Amino acid sequence: MSRIARRFATLRQQGRGALIPYVEACDPDYDTSLAILRGMPAAGADLIEVGVPFSDPSADGPTIQKAALRGLKGGSTMKRVLEMVAAFREGDDGTPIILMGYTNPITAYGPERFCVDAKAAGVDGLIVVDMPPEEADLLAGPAATAGLDIIRLVAPTTPDDRLPVVFNGASGFVYYVSITGVTGTRTASTDELAHALPRLRRATDLPIAIGFGIRTPELAANAVSVADAAVVASALLNTLEATLDADGKATARTVPAVLEQLRGLANAVHAVSKPVSE
Amino acid sequence: MTCSTIWQGLVFCRHPVQNRLTGGQGRLHDDTIEPRTYSCGVAKLSATDTQAGANSLRSGPDGRGRFGIFGGRFVAETLMPLLLELDGAYRAAQADPEFRRELDYYLKDYVGRPSPLWFARRMTEELGGAKIYMKREELNHTGSHKLNNVMGQILLARRMGRTRIVAETGAGQHGVATATVCALFGMKCAIYMGATDVERQKPNVFRMRLLGAEVVPVTAGAGTLKDAMNEAMRDWVTNVHDTYFLVGTVAGPHPYPQMVRDFQSIIGVETKEQIVAAEGRLPDTIVAAIGGGSNAMGIFHPFLDDPEVRLIGVEAAGCGLDSGRTAASIERGKPGVLHGNRTYLLQDADGQITEAHSISAGLDYPGVGPEHSWLSDIGRAEYVGATDQEALDAFQLCTRTEGIIPALESAHAIAYATKIAPDMGKDQIIVVNISGRGDKDIFTVAEHLGVKL
Ligand SMILES: Cc1ncc(COP(=O)(O)O)c(C=O)c1O
Repeated sequence: MSRIARRFATLRQQGRGALIPYVEACDPDYDTSLAILRGMPAAGADLIEVGVPFSDPSADGPTIQKAALRGLKGGSTMKRVLEMVAAFREGDDGTPIILMGYTNPITAYGPERFCVDAKAAGVDGLIVVDMPPEEADLLAGPAATAGLDIIRLVAPTTPDDRLPVVFNGASGFVYYVSITGVTGTRTASTDELAHALPRLRRATDLPIAIGFGIRTPELAANAVSVADAAVVASALLNTLEATLDADGKATARTVPAVLEQLRGLANAVHAVSKPVSE
Repeated sequence: MTCSTIWQGLVFCRHPVQNRLTGGQGRLHDDTIEPRTYSCGVAKLSATDTQAGANSLRSGPDGRGRFGIFGGRFVAETLMPLLLELDGAYRAAQADPEFRRELDYYLKDYVGRPSPLWFARRMTEELGGAKIYMKREELNHTGSHKLNNVMGQILLARRMGRTRIVAETGAGQHGVATATVCALFGMKCAIYMGATDVERQKPNVFRMRLLGAEVVPVTAGAGTLKDAMNEAMRDWVTNVHDTYFLVGTVAGPHPYPQMVRDFQSIIGVETKEQIVAAEGRLPDTIVAAIGGGSNAMGIFHPFLDDPEVRLIGVEAAGCGLDSGRTAASIERGKPGVLHGNRTYLLQDADGQITEAHSISAGLDYPGVGPEHSWLSDIGRAEYVGATDQEALDAFQLCTRTEGIIPALESAHAIAYATKIAPDMGKDQIIVVNISGRGDKDIFTVAEHLGVKL
């Protein structure tokens, strides 16, 4: 069983939902982002998304765009991202790590070599924002061989008859992009979520995470009350950004402020009790 | 914006066409197609049919939107259903004679087609070699080839019931064309334009605002076309319910490269008829500037199956192909994925896209349409560079000898034609695509000539 499957199974046994925070690699520097990553499990992260900076994040809003640029300025390369995950793995063998990014840095690295190296570093799953199922053959073979989960995105625009296409080849969990838009902007209403989830459940047995626009403990709790996990990215990145000095450098407050906010989100998520199952 | 002294002495880089034919990366997906040699010898008259046969180079893309390994649909899932819908709507429109009739009406009476094919007598004499003909796309309404595509897509958007249009623009020509048809049909219009381009193409910004469009300056990155494209995609993904994304070149996710090419192919179809009427044969060489590649694809496509016609795309070499300040994606890029398609891109070793540079805002893009990447790999078309300085020189030459002020984009094509014409025989023929007029560029040119306006 993969680390991701194991983690969701444990959560189900405990009757809990999952919190999935996001950290951008090398934002604003390698050591700071590694310190945040290492602090996340103790602050309540159940799984973690590590953002791979890309120069042209066309599906992201201003917050992640800025984080990606800071990450690139902070020396991020694919090699460096994998080093960071390997460093995290030295002290944590249980928390699943999912890399989130765009196609081009992966193809530039070479899809086969990337999957092998990512697995060796301790990566568990991949979310490639601009790689829909129609283009997934680029990565499907090497990822399966290496034992990496491909996390598929589903959107409100995905019609019912397309769901089987999207879920074909999906593993780990499913990421529901809860709004039509870019990251860090609008929030889906409780009604919209209540309407969306049953149609996804009918089409997949995989755990479902909700992302995009979740910025408060209340919204995170609301998300896990209908889904299995809540992804929080822009809200944490905004907090990080607010702690940087005038030159964009990390300060003594940076790591504690992000982890403090994460703790608040985790408490809310873990207070939601869900039906216990095996 | 300038390139300092390395301008002078940079030479055009001829593409190693035959080497590419056997080189590994871009394999033909149809191996029945034989590599061909493209000579500049006497051409025989080919049939001017528009139907692509089994071994045709004009039958792409395949069902997945691929030209060889290039193209595809690399977009977020939110957009995927919209692209599938667009593909279906486009096919239905293509099959509907009423759509064709409507488009022909607007192309004739609104755009002003057909555009003339002009024999450039004085330029020919001055260069002393091949006969130079100019396809006068600058005479279209709004002053460039862009309206050919925009007219087609706006009619499609209307068929699809969309009420709001978003578009990206570099030089502002695509933005002006889009704002124009939105005025014509009373549709809402948002144009994304890099902040740098807003600055260097002021007349077009004012034009778009007069036409009722909202012009949104984009400050991300270097504030040029790539950044405008990102922002237009973000708008589209946010407003999918009523918005149509009107892409301005043969790039982006499938079906855009195909659709834009089809709408622009009118340029080549007319050219073929006109040159045969004027000279009784096909041209030896066709030269066009390459930004995303739409004016070039438009004039190349109807000639793809005429191997005797040499096709040359001129990329913006900026300060020189090896200066690091260039927009020559095919000449100096590597295959990668950006803006929904796999194509040649200017990028670093880690797959981060690098900024392009060109004096011409319309060519200042680190990518190129996927069909050009394929045509380059199979050797059917050649891709070369012209520098900022060479474009400025050609701009002045064309203005002085023909009384035609070309767009700086088109000046890149003229620059290469001036390079090869003297070495060709007087009985040989070059057609240069004059994709737009240069009124929008007079401020930039004046600045480079040290003139204050
Ligand atoms: C006059 C003119 N020519 C050429 C171009 C480049 O675009 P493409 O390569 O798609 O023809 C532009 C783009 O703005 C343009 O305005």
